[in-house]
Amino acid sequence: MRGRALIDHMSDPIVRIGRIGLFLLRVLAQLLPALARPREIVAQVFNCGARSLVIIMLSGLFVGMVLGLQGYALLQRFGSESSLGVAAALGLIRELGPVITALLFAGRAGTSLTSEIGLMRATDQLSAMEMMAVDPVRRIVAPRFLGALIAMPLLATIFSCIGIYGAQLVGVEQMGIDSGTFWSQIQSNVELRDIAEQLVKSLVFGLTCGLLAVYEGYHAEPTAEGVSLATTRTVVSSAVVTLVLDYLITATFI
Amino acid sequence: MSNPDPAPPAADAPPVVRVTDVHYGLGGTTPVFSGLNLAAASGQITAVLGPSGTGKTTLLRLLMGMIRPHSGSVEVFGQQVPALARAPLYQLRRRVGMLFQNGALLTDLTVFENVAFPLREHTRLPESLLRRLVLMKLQAVGLRGAASLMPAALSGGMARRVALARAIVMDPELLIYDEPFVGLDPISMGMVMRLIQALNQSLGITSIVVTHDVQEISRIAHYSYLLAGGRVVAAGTPAQLHEDQAPVVQQFMNGLPDGPVPFHYPAPDYFAQLLGSP
Repeated sequence: MRGRALIDHMSDPIVRIGRIGLFLLRVLAQLLPALARPREIVAQVFNCGARSLVIIMLSGLFVGMVLGLQGYALLQRFGSESSLGVAAALGLIRELGPVITALLFAGRAGTSLTSEIGLMRATDQLSAMEMMAVDPVRRIVAPRFLGALIAMPLLATIFSCIGIYGAQLVGVEQMGIDSGTFWSQIQSNVELRDIAEQLVKSLVFGLTCGLLAVYEGYHAEPTAEGVSLATTRTVVSSAVVTLVLDYLITATFI
Repeated sequence: MSNPDPAPPAADAPPVVRVTDVHYGLGGTTPVFSGLNLAAASGQITAVLGPSGTGKTTLLRLLMGMIRPHSGSVEVFGQQVPALARAPLYQLRRRVGMLFQNGALLTDLTVFENVAFPLREHTRLPESLLRRLVLMKLQAVGLRGAASLMPAALSGGMARRVALARAIVMDPELLIYDEPFVGLDPISMGMVMRLIQALNQSLGITSIVVTHDVQEISRIAHYSYLLAGGRVVAAGTPAQLHEDQAPVVQQFMNGLPDGPVPFHYPAPDYFAQLLGSP
């Protein structure tokens, strides 16, 4: 019996990954039909994206400013503080922009998606839809997933831009680096490849964070405790998956 | 008087719903259904009675193909529900309206949009026609004035009436009510009861009402089934059920706290448990 329990315990994560994969296929199959209601998707982009703007912009500004301070202190040791612009820009575009955006997204939008869908499950709204011959995956899940997928790259881009502005505030306005040097270094050293890395990362994170959020909500136990557990699982698994995938994607780009 | 056979009661047309020898369990020790038989005749109100926890809601889920029985046949409009794939099952569900116990209104839509929801999903009606249809259904349940309210602003009885308007907006041939009277004040209860009867009489909608409110449903049902222990223990018109002398029927119809359906959930000996070590 104990051996059986151990095997069950070990195979749990694999089974879960399999279930999430199958759910992804189900969602993907409903994406095209869901596109027939563009207004719903716009509403979800607004819900996931626009409503996360304040937290993303504020975080981006301060992350950029810290990068400015730390980068300046470090580069000054080697007498190359004029490279602050490109150092901050590459750090933000390739790494911090997509990763921190994904972590914040999981906390702000992911939790709200999970608890919304979980509560719909708990109050029979999803069952009622099925009874009205409306597939809840098409009507509820797919637009929300698509909203997350569209919002994430936009948010990451905004995060990076504001971050670079924050680094500029510290580096140029406070520490006195020449403004022309700051911007021209960025212009000549940031390549399309770097932007592509940000885009790929944020699309992948949008897919995983969005998928995990809707999956957990859709499969939440229909009780108060079940919804709360599902919300926690969304944040925890989104964060871990984001960081692991970040390493893998970075490794393929370098 | 007890008649657990799925005999179609006083109707010439074949039954709309026929459940034959259904077995179903949730994996626990006691099955929910063991050999369930019942039928709902076309154009009639069929009541499914039974104490809480006898699987009445589970029966509705079986009828609608949300769960599948372990064995036996579930037939709705002559189709075997458990055998249907998703597309034909959805086709079948379009012919059925269901009223959930708590209404199950979509909380992010107004009352009007809730009622319009099935129309918007399944039809391409022009907006003006859709508006008229929705207002007519809301008028039928007396809530045309509440069209712009959000579900959170409704009382329990109003929410159920809105859900009823939504359930009939596609003009279903079969209406299923899950505990329509639970938690309603006497006025709301009377309204819902009158609506169930009116919909049945004026539109000829076949109705299945799952409930444990014996007195209320006895006034409007044409035929009743009493469930206990996973099967039908008595069936007949409400009057026949009231006269049935079987102890379990008497206990339920008269609301006696103890009887064949025990007051106590199975437990070890009371004194032994009180005096014994924890």
